[in-house]
Amino acid sequence: MIPTPVLEFRPILPEILLCTFAIVGMLYEAFARRPDPAPHLAIATVGIVAAAVTAYSLWDWTGSPYVLGDTVAVDRFSVVARFLLLGAALVGCLYYTHYASRDPGSFRGEFYPLTLFATAGMTLITAANDLIVIFLALELLSLSLYVLTGITGQRRASEAAMKYFLLGAFSSAFFLYGIAMAYGATTSTKIVGVAGPGIVQALAGRTGSQALALLAMALLVVGFGFKVSAAPFHMWTPDVYQGAPTPVVAFMGAATKVAAFFALIRVFDVGLQPLTWDWTPVIYALAIVSIVVGSVLAIAQRDVKRMLAYSSIAHAGFILTGLTAANSTGIRAAMFYLVAYAVVTLGAFGIVMLVSARGEEQTSLDAYAGLTRRSPGLAALMTVFLLSLAGIPPTAGFIAKATVFSAAIGAGNWPLAVVGVVASVVAAYFYLRVIVYMYMREPAEGIESDDGVMPRVAAGVLAAGIVVLGVFPGILTGILEPASIVRW
Amino acid sequence: MREHLLTLTILFPLIGAAVLAATGRILSDRDARILALITTLATFAVSLLVLRDFDTGATGYQQIDSVWWVRSFGLQYLVGVDGISLWLVLLTTFLFPVSILASWRVESNVVRYMIAMLVLETAVVGSFLALDLLLFFVFFEAILVPMYLIIGGWGSANRVYAAIKFFLFTMAGSAFLLVAILFLYARSGQPGPPSFDLRQLTHVAAALPIQTARWLFLAFFVAFAVKVPLFPLHTWLPDAHTEAPTAGSVLLAGVLLKVGTYGLLRFNLSLFPEASVHFATFVSILAVIGIIYGAVCALIQTDVKRLVAYSSVSHLGFVVLGTFAFTQQAVTGGVLQMVNHGLATGALFLLVGMVYERTHTRELAEMGGLAGVMPWLLGAFLFVVFASAGLPGLSSFVGEFLVIVGTFAVSHVFGALSAIAVVLAAIYLLWSYQRVAYGPVREEHRHLPDLSGREVAVLAPVLALLLVFGVYPTLLTRSIDPATCAAIEQVRTSQPCADVGGPLVPAAAEARQP
Repeated sequence: MIPTPVLEFRPILPEILLCTFAIVGMLYEAFARRPDPAPHLAIATVGIVAAAVTAYSLWDWTGSPYVLGDTVAVDRFSVVARFLLLGAALVGCLYYTHYASRDPGSFRGEFYPLTLFATAGMTLITAANDLIVIFLALELLSLSLYVLTGITGQRRASEAAMKYFLLGAFSSAFFLYGIAMAYGATTSTKIVGVAGPGIVQALAGRTGSQALALLAMALLVVGFGFKVSAAPFHMWTPDVYQGAPTPVVAFMGAATKVAAFFALIRVFDVGLQPLTWDWTPVIYALAIVSIVVGSVLAIAQRDVKRMLAYSSIAHAGFILTGLTAANSTGIRAAMFYLVAYAVVTLGAFGIVMLVSARGEEQTSLDAYAGLTRRSPGLAALMTVFLLSLAGIPPTAGFIAKATVFSAAIGAGNWPLAVVGVVASVVAAYFYLRVIVYMYMREPAEGIESDDGVMPRVAAGVLAAGIVVLGVFPGILTGILEPASIVRW
Repeated sequence: MREHLLTLTILFPLIGAAVLAATGRILSDRDARILALITTLATFAVSLLVLRDFDTGATGYQQIDSVWWVRSFGLQYLVGVDGISLWLVLLTTFLFPVSILASWRVESNVVRYMIAMLVLETAVVGSFLALDLLLFFVFFEAILVPMYLIIGGWGSANRVYAAIKFFLFTMAGSAFLLVAILFLYARSGQPGPPSFDLRQLTHVAAALPIQTARWLFLAFFVAFAVKVPLFPLHTWLPDAHTEAPTAGSVLLAGVLLKVGTYGLLRFNLSLFPEASVHFATFVSILAVIGIIYGAVCALIQTDVKRLVAYSSVSHLGFVVLGTFAFTQQAVTGGVLQMVNHGLATGALFLLVGMVYERTHTRELAEMGGLAGVMPWLLGAFLFVVFASAGLPGLSSFVGEFLVIVGTFAVSHVFGALSAIAVVLAAIYLLWSYQRVAYGPVREEHRHLPDLSGREVAVLAPVLALLLVFGVYPTLLTRSIDPATCAAIEQVRTSQPCADVGGPLVPAAAEARQP
């Protein structure tokens, strides 16, 4: 007889709530006579806040660290991730509400439920302790994002969605195959097993051939590499970033990276911990390629969204740099970097949305010319975000870079840090170029800034957060310290 | 409050900038200028209190102020002052009100300009006072942004190119510095809690294998050599100086370049003494090339701002040469040269700016005969030209002379070669003065106004200091000597610094007596 696992639902209450409210949103969309953004936003906000509250109650969890038949882990690591992801979802919803109000005909109520579903997938992936659950969560978030990418139904957006879907499906196949190999190597899909041996326990005492396990590792690297947009698995990123509606990019750019990296940390630093010596060189190489490809190709871009897409590839490389340390210092550094990166990405795309009002999106560099004359506030906020992306003090981006490099150097990977800092200089060039356009060029003709208040306030809060984290990083490191110990 | 004077010096301009940013919308341009001036004057007053509390007899860092910044990361807010940084801080806080007063004519985006200036002051003062390496790096990098905005936002025709070049050159140099700092930090953690504290890292660096220390020396060296700038990394400087607005050039030449020479003296020498000796010849050769190359380039310039810029390359070569001679006179001379060059070249840029505001040209060929039109302005110009050329009795003489003497004691070749540049300096400075001041007057220049009251207020204090420091350098050397002595003794552990070279110069010899 199959033993029935004890069902303890509290640890996945945030996901349950997110899905519930997503369904409520869908029902509202189906039965409302005239779709209206306000109730949608209210439903989504309540769902997100409720999820955040339940996630917070898990901070001091005293029960078993693995629940639901060892498929879900309960730790502070996943609580931090949930907060970050829920925050990103909230900002994304705020942005979209404003974005749709500019052209009421284009409003799609499905945005909110889909965002909640995607968020549920993302939060679940960071807590999952079973490769199958990771795969389920991955599909939940991916499918929602494919639809979100094409939600406007415009040609460019549909094309982006199609590309994203095809390449995404391809990478999912790799991932699934990796899971099969891992099962073949260890007879388990649990990262850490409590009832029986999980992957880590099975690999720990192994002395014989590791071929299957190594193959599993390689395939999982491909799957995660795609999701975090690390080169050479980055092909989809520029097109999707450029084609998707800006609020979706803000949410997707920030949240996908966070979710995928948290899952990657759990799988590699915990599950494949016995293979550390085998996967660090792979991550090492991936980091170098991502940093170089992202930084160099971004120079050639004249579209700001595309440029930020390439820069996100480079940033994936920087985060991987921290992870090459394969210890809690590296995990902490990567977490700090993810927080800083998520905040900056949300803020920067908020500005991108506001730079041109109404109608067709103006994302070319020329639209930024003389922005400071049109709207000095937007230019100042964008400057903060760009400086943080470039890693200039006193922004959070600098501390983030210093910590990942420090982790890498501490583990003896100083050549990687050298590559990283040199690429940072290259990257500074294209971030500065935007500042040059904003401050040192004559204003572009015929472009009006959006004067939306709500997204402006959101971006302002995010910018303030970036500076505060840059000056007092201790606030965050104090929280990350206990969260960076991933149990096994 | 007295124990937090250094922190106040760093924070004052920042508070001023915050106030300006908060009230920017309701302030008139005039209010913004006055507010910035008051802030910088107050900062100067605070730094004078630092001078009052400074104990000239003591060695090591004084008035240390420290608080944990990020405890888990071993990062401290740690500032302190010694005889070297003391005068550089005073130079900075002195030149800032002068520059603010000199930029009274800036008309566009005044509030933003003043905010950039004040943030810049915080960053520069912070880099001179920081004793925690990452804190230093934070300030060092933070200099870039306001300066970049000042050049790019208020400079002349080719400003964007110059601004980006400035930013990327400096950032490229400091990239390696960051890796080196993090490397030392990683080593300091084995065993014990890791730290960025300069005093603690000195011991960590001493325990490193020789080869590693030499690589780290180079990483630090590149960062500072770009900033100085040392040949062949100097190419950003003529562009940046030429395109920057007057106050930008004054601060670049007067203060920012000193962060580089200060870094060499403070960090390279104390962290990597063995490597410093190992690379001393190499660095000295670069310095001598810079000294002569800068002077020769200055000779052929037709743009007067470019001329002054190249003269900076030459003059700062002296500082580096002196630093790497490791003799008491040379190093003290180098520090003196830092202060004096800041004043003299700052004054030159001020005057060139004033001439430019009137004639709207920087081309030497388009000027001439101005001495008859503006006797006071050109009189001040002549004074500064003499000071910059190293006329005895004016400040630059002392520094250059000490460097040459101190270097001569170690290497006749370097001493002799660098002396050539003194002659060249006299040629290009007097020549350019001649072309500006004498000869036929252009018709459109015939009715240019002479110095205004504000301009007198800008120039008078600088000129006065040039004279005072020239006549009585002991004022400076009294507190510089113990600090340079300590720096030298770290490098030459075998002999006390006073015994290296003879007490050839009264000023230096006298300074040694308590």
